[in-house]
Amino acid sequence: MFDNFMILFDAPVFSIDLLVNGMLIGAIFVLAAYGMALVWGVMNIINVAQGEFVMLGGYVTLVVVKLGLNPLFGIPISALVLYAIGWLMYRSVIYRVVDRDVFTSLLATFGISILLAQLTNQVFGANVQTIDTGLGTWYFMNGDVTVAIIKVIAFVLAVFLGLVLWLFLKKSRTGQAIRATSQNPRAARILGIDTHRIYATTYSVSAALCGAAGSLVVMAWAVHPYIGLPYTVRSFMVVIIAGLGNLPGVIMAGLGLGVAENFAGFILGTEFQIAFVFLLMIAVLVWRNFALRRQRKYLK
Amino acid sequence: MKIYHYIILLLALAAPFLLPDYRTQLAFLWVMIILALSWDILGGQMGYNSFGNIIFFGIGMYTCAVFQRDAGLSYYPALLLGMGLGGIVAMLSAVILGNALLGMRGHYFSIGTLGLSIAAGELAGGWDFIGAGSGMTTPMFPGALGDRDIFFYFLFFAWTLVTFITLRWLYRSRFGLAINAIRDNEDKAEAMGIYTTRYKVVAWIISALFLGVIGGGAGNIIGFIDPKEVAFSGSTFGVWMILMAITGGKGTLWGPVIGATVFHITQELFWTLLLGWQRVALGLLIVLIVLFFPEGILGWLRQRYPQRFAANSIKPDQAS
Repeated sequence: MFDNFMILFDAPVFSIDLLVNGMLIGAIFVLAAYGMALVWGVMNIINVAQGEFVMLGGYVTLVVVKLGLNPLFGIPISALVLYAIGWLMYRSVIYRVVDRDVFTSLLATFGISILLAQLTNQVFGANVQTIDTGLGTWYFMNGDVTVAIIKVIAFVLAVFLGLVLWLFLKKSRTGQAIRATSQNPRAARILGIDTHRIYATTYSVSAALCGAAGSLVVMAWAVHPYIGLPYTVRSFMVVIIAGLGNLPGVIMAGLGLGVAENFAGFILGTEFQIAFVFLLMIAVLVWRNFALRRQRKYLK
Repeated sequence: MKIYHYIILLLALAAPFLLPDYRTQLAFLWVMIILALSWDILGGQMGYNSFGNIIFFGIGMYTCAVFQRDAGLSYYPALLLGMGLGGIVAMLSAVILGNALLGMRGHYFSIGTLGLSIAAGELAGGWDFIGAGSGMTTPMFPGALGDRDIFFYFLFFAWTLVTFITLRWLYRSRFGLAINAIRDNEDKAEAMGIYTTRYKVVAWIISALFLGVIGGGAGNIIGFIDPKEVAFSGSTFGVWMILMAITGGKGTLWGPVIGATVFHITQELFWTLLLGWQRVALGLLIVLIVLFFPEGILGWLRQRYPQRFAANSIKPDQAS
């Protein structure tokens, strides 16, 4: 464990590699976290199935590639398919739990998360799958720093989609309606906004964002049926660090998490990387809560 | 005690002799009932979704197995002491984790525990002292195979009785009223002078004790402890306990017992017909029950036949 730690001092160039790749991974966490923040902020639902949408996005891209298309087409197609799945999910399950208590919505989305993960496991098998985009890799510093081009594309796309989302929420009529609904659903209903339609749109857009993220995950790394939960937890963590409704904060927190995770994976060994993510989340929760407790407040 | 208590007691005592082919499954029924009952302390009575209660089950299982391996005692004392030690270690971890996590409310606690249970599985899978990813095997039972099942059946039955009676007493006492108050309105409960965090931690410790002890026993009847598939198995025991408690009726004493019995029997009889789709069905079942049958079997009976099934003590509305 400490051997790897010393390598970082002996060869500082590895740190640069870890830093760059960590930030590129972080961009995908940012994309997934946008989705979670949107549903959480507007509908007050913690969507435990958020990570499963990322996973499904990856599998949609796998199918697209099997059909013989260029993997890059997988990004929009995954987003579209996931938009439809999100819409179906809302119309069948989520609309029944929107105005109910947190307990019910948590259990329901937890059930959806199990359902989707196990369904994927049945249909596609439990193997780890990945796609080679054939885009190649850039090498810097005598080949010590390697950056796959698809990861750069992922990064750019994440930032771009973040901007589009921000503009959409700020400028478009639907975006304004979403913000109004998140501020006060009852008042929004009185003023003629169809809140159920807004909720459906919000949920589907969040699923679509995760679908795009998943498509990038399968190209830049790999997917298997059980990666959903780690992504849920990462998005959750990013959102609580950044705070709701703070898009620049989400970007910073997501990139930071990516870097932290990459360093932890290198120092502790990859088998502890998932454990690190979950323990880090608990540490963040406890720390946030401890800071608030002094002011007699608690996380809401 | 009422007449149906005696009937159930008699049935429970006679069951392994009436159905000698199903002794292992019957022993597992008690494990299931304890899982459901101990989840319901937080999930039903206190209104805190814990997705990570399985962690205490796993801690108890590993503690017991390590004690049996390293203590050098003969089988029975090692098993019983190991189960007790499993309970104690689980309680201690609940003290530490509870103080850290239970200051939080609602969904933060839920997601925190969800992360905790998975982290525990990952850590156990990487720790060589407890066999890492290849798991641990528990010692062989010294007697005949038939005796083994009867021994475990009555051991688990006794512990279920202890659990049930303790919880019955607790729910009727001030403690039960306090955790119900937390479920109904935590801010008000705190304003009325209840030390909510203290009550919540104590509730979790009690839950951990019952789970830790039965975890040690369950590890021995299964015979092999895998970190992710048996001990910290979020996708089997971890989900089952939630499903059983809400099927039977969360927030009631008998609900989890009924839910666990119904679920276990259904599982043993029909589960193999699903041909590998069991875990998919599990997710679907949770969604369906939460959406269409949130009050559970006992809750439904209470609404339908209030004069027969309503609780003796005054309970607030089940909707938390």
